[in-house]
Amino acid sequence: MISAIVDMASWVLLTLGGISVLIGGIGALRMPDLYTRIHAASLTDSTGAILVLVGIMLQAGWSLETIKLGAILMFLLLTSPTASNALAVTALRDGLRPSALVPKEKTRR
Amino acid sequence: MTTLFGIFLLTLLLITAVAIVRSRNLFISVTLMAIASLLIAANFFLLDAADVALTEAAIGAGISTVLFLGALFLTSEQERSATSRRLLSFAVVAAAALIVIYATFDKPRFGDPQAPVQVHISPWYIEQTRELIEIPNVVTAVLASFRGYDTLGELIVVFTAGIGVLLLFSSGTPSADNRLLFSRLNLGLRRYLIPRVVGRLLVPFILLLGFYVQFHGEYGPGGGFQAGAIIAAAFILYALVEGERRALRVIPQRALLAMMAGGTILYGAVGVAGILLGGRFLDYSVLAADPVQGQQIGILLIEIAVGITVTGVLLSIFHAFAARGR
Repeated sequence: MISAIVDMASWVLLTLGGISVLIGGIGALRMPDLYTRIHAASLTDSTGAILVLVGIMLQAGWSLETIKLGAILMFLLLTSPTASNALAVTALRDGLRPSALVPKEKTRR
Repeated sequence: MTTLFGIFLLTLLLITAVAIVRSRNLFISVTLMAIASLLIAANFFLLDAADVALTEAAIGAGISTVLFLGALFLTSEQERSATSRRLLSFAVVAAAALIVIYATFDKPRFGDPQAPVQVHISPWYIEQTRELIEIPNVVTAVLASFRGYDTLGELIVVFTAGIGVLLLFSSGTPSADNRLLFSRLNLGLRRYLIPRVVGRLLVPFILLLGFYVQFHGEYGPGGGFQAGAIIAAAFILYALVEGERRALRVIPQRALLAMMAGGTILYGAVGVAGILLGGRFLDYSVLAADPVQGQQIGILLIEIAVGITVTGVLLSIFHAFAARGR
């Protein structure tokens, strides 16, 4: 009984994780400028990674694998927001303005 | 299911390869090559070759990318337009591809238990590892003991490649352009707070993982080559975050050269110690009273030797790229 519930919960998490990765991918392609694209892509590494990894952890049960997956999750939660931040800060210092702050005529060219 | 996933990964790999060739921007090509390496690593893992997958991920996706980016610093970001030899190179590539495809007709089917590779020598290795060496990871036993000569050769290739790169970079004077770029590289990310804090936080854990991979190679996937790449990656991260000079203060150039040569010498010395104790070159059984224990000591020592040399070579190459501007 319990194992069936855990199994179902894990599949729900995995499905939601897959959907958020898909949304992140679509967003990274469709968003208008770099900053909004980073925002969409970071959905993949944050929400997607958490949901998928917790889903796999539920599949693995109480074992060494769960601890290893937890370590991977910690690593991803530290590194991927940092990567997004580094990318955005570098672009901003390089002089790329967010398209919402630039007058419409200029963005159209 | 595994086959389906494998086909999916290989299709992605093909798309990435075409994108690498077609991209005119070298920066994009480098990024795509890291992705291609990760896809290959995932594919190796699907085929149960965890040791090779680890190496590919650490060296192909990790270190090579940093080295390529270092090389991009020295050249331009855009590829020069192709010259007129296009037809000739296309013909050569097409001929090579046809020969390779023709050669695959003679290959045994994937996973065929009657394939020569499955019946010729693998069963012997798998059985003898249990008796002679008593370590769970047969890959490490084959790499370090049964085929220790080959690995010594590989290590010397790595060592020679390191010397070659250092020789190439020691000549010529850098332009003023590069000097400006590298004064920025010398500062590292000191002005960028968040990457700096997280990078410094990660360095000890990456080092820990490196040592785990180094000393766990007899029980799980890993060993000197992978550990060397991971340890070098930790120091490269430190150099990127804190700047070249501070990283060189941790391990100076001279120590790196000593590591390059020292690891290779240690490997050879283990072999010679075998001769002096009455065995053959690289025969570890005589290193201890109990031959099985001797084998384990020998494997541990040569894995350490490989790790030291790989770390030294990779870090030397990285610093050679970075020192180009000084």
